[in-house]
Amino acid sequence: MNFTEFFTSFPEMSKSGLRTFKKTIDGAYRQFSREYGDSIEAVFDPVLFFLIWFEKLLQNSPWIIVIIVFLALIYFGSRSIYLTIGSFFAFIFIGYFGMWEDTMSTVSIIGVCTFLSIGFGIPIGILMSGSDRARASISPILDIMQTMPSFVYLIPVVMLLGIGKIPGLLAVVIYAIPPIIRLTDLGIREVDKEVLEAAEAFGANRSQKLFRVQLPLALPTIFAGINQTIMMALAMVVIASMIGVKGLGQPVLKAIANQYFTMGLLNGLAIVVLAIIFDRVSQSFGKRLQQHRLGSHE
Amino acid sequence: MSNIKIKIENLYKIFGPDAKGLTSAVKDGLDKDDLLAKHNHVLGLDNINIDIEEQSIQVIMGLSGSGKSTLIRHINRLIEPTEGVVMVDNQDVTKLNKSELLEFRRNRTGMVFQRFGLFPHQNIVDNVQLGLSIKGVDKSESNQTAMFWIDKVGLNGFEYKFPNQLSGGMQQRVGLARALANDPDILLMDEAFSALDPLIRSDMQDQLLELQKNLKKTIVFITHDLDEALKLGDRIAILNGGKLVQDGKPEDILLSPADEYVTNFVKDVNRTKVLKIKTIMKDSIQSASDYPKVAMDSNIESCLPLFLDGESVLSVTDDEKNIVGSISREEVASILKRY
Repeated sequence: MNFTEFFTSFPEMSKSGLRTFKKTIDGAYRQFSREYGDSIEAVFDPVLFFLIWFEKLLQNSPWIIVIIVFLALIYFGSRSIYLTIGSFFAFIFIGYFGMWEDTMSTVSIIGVCTFLSIGFGIPIGILMSGSDRARASISPILDIMQTMPSFVYLIPVVMLLGIGKIPGLLAVVIYAIPPIIRLTDLGIREVDKEVLEAAEAFGANRSQKLFRVQLPLALPTIFAGINQTIMMALAMVVIASMIGVKGLGQPVLKAIANQYFTMGLLNGLAIVVLAIIFDRVSQSFGKRLQQHRLGSHE
Repeated sequence: MSNIKIKIENLYKIFGPDAKGLTSAVKDGLDKDDLLAKHNHVLGLDNINIDIEEQSIQVIMGLSGSGKSTLIRHINRLIEPTEGVVMVDNQDVTKLNKSELLEFRRNRTGMVFQRFGLFPHQNIVDNVQLGLSIKGVDKSESNQTAMFWIDKVGLNGFEYKFPNQLSGGMQQRVGLARALANDPDILLMDEAFSALDPLIRSDMQDQLLELQKNLKKTIVFITHDLDEALKLGDRIAILNGGKLVQDGKPEDILLSPADEYVTNFVKDVNRTKVLKIKTIMKDSIQSASDYPKVAMDSNIESCLPLFLDGESVLSVTDDEKNIVGSISREEVASILKRY
């Protein structure tokens, strides 16, 4: 190789070498998924069972009852009569334009994803807050989860589990879980050192410190994380529909493919409306958790 | 009354990754500045030895960075010592294992913090019963105890308020009640009144002295304020740069400061106001009986008018008005001359 060529073209790997490299990895992964795909799928069976049960419950119950339950939850979450009335009209809009069933599917998958994200995210966040080493190793993984294009990690998931609800659920959870982990970690780290020291001085052990001081004081921040998680889960609905998740994403996808503008707009608006309701309810609920900050002396 | 409750022996604290390795260098005379410059370690405490008497108020005083907050945290081991011994009732706190240490903190010590350290998400009753609930005391019993101490520190009517609805002085009363509700025999007060404004601070000092009359706790009180130290302390220990420079009764500190640092500390204090007559009186009773009487527990300032009126000797009386000694114009003058 002569000297100038070294600078003008990158000294890259040979074409055949690269091909073998890709083939070997893909082959090994295909082998792995053929052997273990079924047993890994079995692990997710309880989640799938719950997801289907929840979806059927929402879809098969009389719509009036579902709306009443939703409005009650919205009112008790937000204590705002305006939001409740607004939500009522939003549900009427959704139902009247024929999007009730898809909306129920979306609500059920968002609900299950949020539940899973909280269930895994908060313990991981607690772990991270307790050790700088854990934080240093988990943080880059979270960065990857948030920036890697979702289609890329969907490939191995689909190879392993096929097309369906579970791969979609995984895609949504992977995308939506980082904020709750990060904000749990942040919330706990921000707890006033003197308050924590006081608990320690009175002989609190680790779990007493966690449950009496750290988590209660971090709760408003954690709730901001839950809010973010829900929003990000909703943002993934359309992408998840590409691998077979039912819900408002599928009509949107169909509308893109066939250039049905109105259909796309209506379903898009339904997603927006859901997002607004989820956001306002979880925000005002989070705010009410900080009631001790009201009526401050300063 | 002179039982030693807390005995701190040869205590060293160095902050940094290689604290243990550098202890011997510090013992050989490496000073704070060199330790920081050459090894990037901070010398927190340098060979501290203090005996703290049972039921007394031991003040630990020093400017910020002198190591006083570090020292008090060694008594309940919120900070691990690099080397040394902290004996409480002949038990070495530094040797306790994890669960013994929790038990020790739960039952033996109470702590009051400069910035209060109250739980902002809990109301006053729950804050006060913190120690009891950590111990697992029955809810109704701990509630009752909390109410008793809330009443004792004068916060009735505020039981169900949150800390940030209270003024600083009231918050620190909660802090005090919280520490006392646990009924510890040792009370650790880390600049407990420093964040309060002067009038409230003086109020709190009076209240602490009043409570101490009945409670008879062993109190370790950290402050940077000499007036506070002189008012509260049975003994005062002065720290400078992690070293103990003097430990003695308030009058010892005032009348014979150990070094320039202490001298600077005490030079602006009005001695006649702080010193009690009993500290400089003579025990000669026979000749003293005809002179005007002053009480032994009042300060020297109270005899100045009599001396200015022309008296040259006064008789000193105890609480029962018995004459126990005398004080002369010359003795008082010699105190004043030191200014």
